[in-house]
Amino acid sequence: MGINSKPLLFAVVSALVILVGTVVTVFVPMFMPSTQPVSRFVKPYTAIEQEGRDIYIREGCNNCHTQTVRPLRTEVLRYGEYSKAEEFAWDRPFLWGSKRTGPDMNRIGGKYPDSWHYKHMQSPQSMFPLSNMPPYGWLATNKLDTSNSYRKCEILGYGYSEAEVQQQIADYKQRVTSPEYDSKATRDLVTPPALQGELTEMDAIIAYLQKLGRDVKAMEAQP
Amino acid sequence: MNDSGYDYSVVRGFAYSALFWLVVGLIIGLWMAYELFDPSLNLTPWLSFGRLRVVHTNGLGVGFGLSGIFATAYYMLQRLTRTPLPFPRLARAQMYLFNLIIAAAAVTLMAGMNTTKEYAELEWPLDVGVVIMWVMFAINVFAILIKRREEQMYISLWYLIAMTVTIAVLYIVNNLEIPVTLFKSYSIYAGNNDANVQWWYGHNIVGFIFTVPILAMFYYFLPKATGLPIYSHRLSIVSFWSLIFAYLWTGAHHLMLTPLPEWIQTVAIAFSIFLIAPSWGSVVNGYYTLQGNWEQMRTNYLTKFFILGITFYGLQTLQGPLQGLRTLNAFFHYTDWVIGHVHMGTMGWVTMIISASFYYMIPGIAGRELYSIRLANIHFWLILVGQITWTITMWIAGIQQGAMWKATNPDGFLMYSFLDSLTALYPYYRMRFAAGVVYFAGILIFAWNIFQTVRQAPQTTETAEA
Repeated sequence: MGINSKPLLFAVVSALVILVGTVVTVFVPMFMPSTQPVSRFVKPYTAIEQEGRDIYIREGCNNCHTQTVRPLRTEVLRYGEYSKAEEFAWDRPFLWGSKRTGPDMNRIGGKYPDSWHYKHMQSPQSMFPLSNMPPYGWLATNKLDTSNSYRKCEILGYGYSEAEVQQQIADYKQRVTSPEYDSKATRDLVTPPALQGELTEMDAIIAYLQKLGRDVKAMEAQP
Repeated sequence: MNDSGYDYSVVRGFAYSALFWLVVGLIIGLWMAYELFDPSLNLTPWLSFGRLRVVHTNGLGVGFGLSGIFATAYYMLQRLTRTPLPFPRLARAQMYLFNLIIAAAAVTLMAGMNTTKEYAELEWPLDVGVVIMWVMFAINVFAILIKRREEQMYISLWYLIAMTVTIAVLYIVNNLEIPVTLFKSYSIYAGNNDANVQWWYGHNIVGFIFTVPILAMFYYFLPKATGLPIYSHRLSIVSFWSLIFAYLWTGAHHLMLTPLPEWIQTVAIAFSIFLIAPSWGSVVNGYYTLQGNWEQMRTNYLTKFFILGITFYGLQTLQGPLQGLRTLNAFFHYTDWVIGHVHMGTMGWVTMIISASFYYMIPGIAGRELYSIRLANIHFWLILVGQITWTITMWIAGIQQGAMWKATNPDGFLMYSFLDSLTALYPYYRMRFAAGVVYFAGILIFAWNIFQTVRQAPQTTETAEA
């Protein structure tokens, strides 16, 4: 064959051949709104939730936990309503995962109180002696770095002003450090005294987990 | 430029890099395998499973796999074109840059700088380094092909061209991201599109690193090692073009039953089934090459590496499309079955072929015989037994896990909690660790055998003029 003695032509033809499937299944869908529908009920993450999401990413939680409930009977029984495309409109990157060493997280928001998560993150084995999840108590010993929070929300197109981001941070700090906070006792147990009046990485990741799957309930409630 | 004298220094450099990252990646793998049934090994954040998993996949897939590919590619390119490397200094610089990137990857991933996109976890400054490194490689590939003294390009060169072109496209498209800081960025795609781009990449990076260049090795080193010509040139042409055409349509079979539009999933299933044909085209070509010479499985220590390797490739390419079918995917996806599937390909096919290629190539360029054929045989049996035990254990674990997730009582409620389905796996996880130790022992023997071969080698005179 002639092409076998023409390396540059061979490279160009190879590139065209691999681009056919690429264009049809990846590039074209990018320009079809139906690929990623949006819903007014699915809200962007708050600055704190986004910081928590970034900690989830940093710790590679996605390597053991998926975030997509499949439309299968036993899966819906175990986790709740199956995942809808609209829920992920703000997710950059997506965090569906590919392996369930631990359970799916897409419906975890609101399933347990914050105190449950503080205790579980501190020591999964204290609640489930046979669990193989690594302990993450050290997240409570790290003060949350919010210096890039506004820039992050700006890049992600969440539409918050800098003042709104600062307000979200202040509000959340107020919430978890207040004596009224329903999970205060457990939070104080896992958080070193010096950081009890600050926001920690643990606070942020729990805020993120509590957001997961919350908006879909409002969306599904629509007639 | 000298007409004779090929430059093998970069071949050697990449071969040693491959062995180094292979040993490091496997130690991390063993550590993680232990963590899965004894979480007390998550000693520090740097050693926690979530961070280590990506060090393992990148360290072996890229650190070991890709440096093995570069080593053999620089060798095959020179031999098949009968042309010395046009830019040996550039190739050596590429080798240093490559190892620097892998070392930086290990450190930054352990530090949690990680984009989460599987096999593309590196943060953006390292992505830039990878692209530069790849361009440096591509310059030598195309320069040597243009200058070549052999009119026809052999099969292996087609596969190397396809790899060079496709990896560039895949890597750049999937790593488009907006930096926040030097160590943090966000994907430019959101939700379904991000998932679709990622698994188009994820599937094809496996295809164009763990399949295409390994086939290049297979088509070159099998005839070399056995002294038998490839059975059918025509079959290799048909297999090549249909393989690289069909591969790119199939990424979404990693996203079955997710919110990704159903038509993309269905197209992926159809092309996955089609892919069995070109994959088995190479398998059949390999088997028929041995036609009438099957006694070589006993008499030639290298032949069994290639034949078992291509057999695992054949099994892999049957298992893959079947797992993509919706009904089977609903059962197997997210379980340890898939981990078994991947490791048959990497521990069986990829490592067997790279091992045998090194055994053929390195004594040749070192100018002496292999240190010990006996050790090579022990290496073969240890990695064969280790791998088969490893993968079958994970398949059984996956079946049990999938069944427990789906089991319901007569009243319709779930029979097992998630924790029940996890703790049921611990015996399998222990077994997997033991199998990994056997496999690792085989790899240590492999590294030792190569080390001894090179260490005792006389000074080679085969160096090109720079």
